[in-house]
Amino acid sequence: MFDALAERLESAWKTLRGQDKITENNIQEALREVRRALLEADVNLQVAKDFIENVRQRAIGAEVIAGVRPDQQFIKIVYDALVEVMGESHSPLAHAEPPPTIILMAGLQGTGKTTATAKLALHLRKERRSTLLVATDVYRPAAIDQLITLGKQIDVPVFEMGTEASPVEIARQGVAKAKELGVDTVIIDTAGRLQIDADMMAELAAIKEAVQPHETLLVVDAMTGQEAANLTRAFHEQVGITGAILTKLDGDTRGGAALSVRQVSGQPIKFIGVGEKVEALQPFYPDRLASRILGMGDVLTLVEKA
Amino acid sequence: GKTRRGLVHQLRAIVGQGPLSRDAVEEIEMLLLQSDVGVKATDQIIAALQTKIRQETLPADQAIAYLKEILRDILDRPFQAGYRRDFAPKKGVLNIWLIAGVNGVGKTTTIGKLAHIATQSGYRCLIAAADTFRAAATEQVKIWGQRSNVEVIANPGKNTDPAAVVFDAIGAAQARGTELLLVDTAGRLQNKANLMEELKKIRRIIDKKAGNAQIESLLVLDATLGQNGLRQAQVFAEAAQLTGVILTKLDGTAKGGVALAVVQELGLPIRFIGAGEGIKDLRPFSSFEFVEALLSSEVEVAA
Ligand SMILES: Nc1nc2c(ncn2[C@@H]2O[C@H](COP(=O)(O)OP(=O)(O)OP(=O)(O)O)[C@@H](O)[C@H]2O)c(=O)[nH]1
Ligand SMILES: Nc1nc2c(ncn2[C@@H]2O[C@H](COP(=O)(O)OP(=O)(O)OP(=O)(O)O)[C@@H](O)[C@H]2O)c(=O)[nH]1
Ligand SMILES: [Mg+2]
Ligand SMILES: [Mg+2]
Repeated sequence: MFDALAERLESAWKTLRGQDKITENNIQEALREVRRALLEADVNLQVAKDFIENVRQRAIGAEVIAGVRPDQQFIKIVYDALVEVMGESHSPLAHAEPPPTIILMAGLQGTGKTTATAKLALHLRKERRSTLLVATDVYRPAAIDQLITLGKQIDVPVFEMGTEASPVEIARQGVAKAKELGVDTVIIDTAGRLQIDADMMAELAAIKEAVQPHETLLVVDAMTGQEAANLTRAFHEQVGITGAILTKLDGDTRGGAALSVRQVSGQPIKFIGVGEKVEALQPFYPDRLASRILGMGDVLTLVEKA
Repeated sequence: GKTRRGLVHQLRAIVGQGPLSRDAVEEIEMLLLQSDVGVKATDQIIAALQTKIRQETLPADQAIAYLKEILRDILDRPFQAGYRRDFAPKKGVLNIWLIAGVNGVGKTTTIGKLAHIATQSGYRCLIAAADTFRAAATEQVKIWGQRSNVEVIANPGKNTDPAAVVFDAIGAAQARGTELLLVDTAGRLQNKANLMEELKKIRRIIDKKAGNAQIESLLVLDATLGQNGLRQAQVFAEAAQLTGVILTKLDGTAKGGVALAVVQELGLPIRFIGAGEGIKDLRPFSSFEFVEALLSSEVEVAA
């Protein structure tokens, strides 16, 4: 569906070819194409604008390296800027001493919080960290059943108090239970909520206040469009996040939401979800996602060889 | 600094001054892009607007009105191409509505809402729980069924063939004189060949076992989706022989602009919008309302 950035830039390159310097004038068109590519990859418009400005400043005046075409060099500048903005490779999860480490999951409806809760537990088991899952979604039909089912699949206990108790109370008692059981990490699944739902956002803030988590992870669907920036801003301002999990990257989305999330919150993307199964969680690699957003895998190897 | 200002308001000020200026075009472009309409559809819409203003020598200060007209035309075009404008199950016969889409967009919730509307309107209704994969999917749809007293046909076995559940449900519907059978399917990403094959099989079973039924195949799109929504519609259209779209989560601030691109590219009508998690939060689609909401957004502008 998407042309590789290199192809998109084909005509823009013509203005760069045969020139020995990248200047304000000769990269206008190329920058416009980058903007288009970012927008087609669902990077938020404002975030894209800021990024383009960053690239412009880096590119102008950059001496063209002998043996490298200026167009190739420009791609490399774009790519490097994107990798840099995207943040650290595999930021690990917090590990509190004394235990338990408390992790709070948050996000819009249907993004993959409950699935990611189970995935994280399985991931932590590989690091020999025991977990307790806490079911505070008292709203969505069968949300508790879903977490219990996933808990059984991976043989991890689930703390729940049914659908009558308040989510804040469930979270509080869940953490108490984790201490009693002596588990290493407690992961609190929460109901999906819109960032403009004042009551539900207040509830999330109250859960956070009650349990003082070491990590608050925003779970974002990688297929999200322009809204990614707005929702990240609201969750970060109203609740405060320490990182994000980007889900459903096993699809064919370009995943520009990642850039928006990272840029708006300044917090690292810690994991990516790559499937419905509980094993399908991977560490986040900024370089891979940068190539994916730009659709430029092949070009890079070209530049590396040059 | 940045302020939030009504874009339409701002636009009016800009375009009021003469022909559709570069600034005005940029503002409209920004508005559409920020609503996830996408680069390609946005280019086409702006070109159409320019042409209209030039050819009909219309005053630019009415650009917003023309823009709205163009957008509504896109959304209503399927009705010129043969789709019926009014959308309801046919009384007295079996209607089957197949509900499909990627993971987490709101398929099951929408089924719950549809079952409610249908029973309220006096239809005999049944639900097929054909998501046999996701944890507690059957429990979830059963709770939705209970809320409007609609029975759910499910297979208690684990990881059973969803097409078999659909087969059983059609049999039950035919035996009972059901008028509307709602088929809930598992979420699937359109690039998963095996899962799309599974959906094709479900569709084949429906066509084969209920050839006389009124079949609708509806794609659920989530308003927060970006450009991947278009890809979803393309692939699902083929696998499930889509006849329409349902746009959910419009109670948030996302505008669902990709649905516009879907209608434009695939000619599928949008049938319902979801605007909340409650049983009553489903409404028939109105191009007028959708366009008004799309253009009512506030954007960040340099103060
Ligand atoms: N393909 C794929 N599907 C995923 C991934 N993560 C979650 N899902 C699916 O997305 C859907 C929603 O996942 P949930 O974990 O229920 O999402 P949630 O955020 O807990 O949803 P709510 O509690 O309703 O807000 C389910 O069908 C999951 O199987 C992923 O990484 N890839
Ligand atoms: N705000 C809002 N939330 C919605 C709407 N429709 C569904 N949801 C929520 O979105 C989440 C996912 O809904 P489901 O109905 O489980 O979605 P699904 O497509 O069946 O998900 P899978 O079967 O896992 O693929 C739930 O938390 C719903 O309550 C809507 O119109 N607005
Ligand atoms: Mg959940
Ligand atoms: Mg479902």
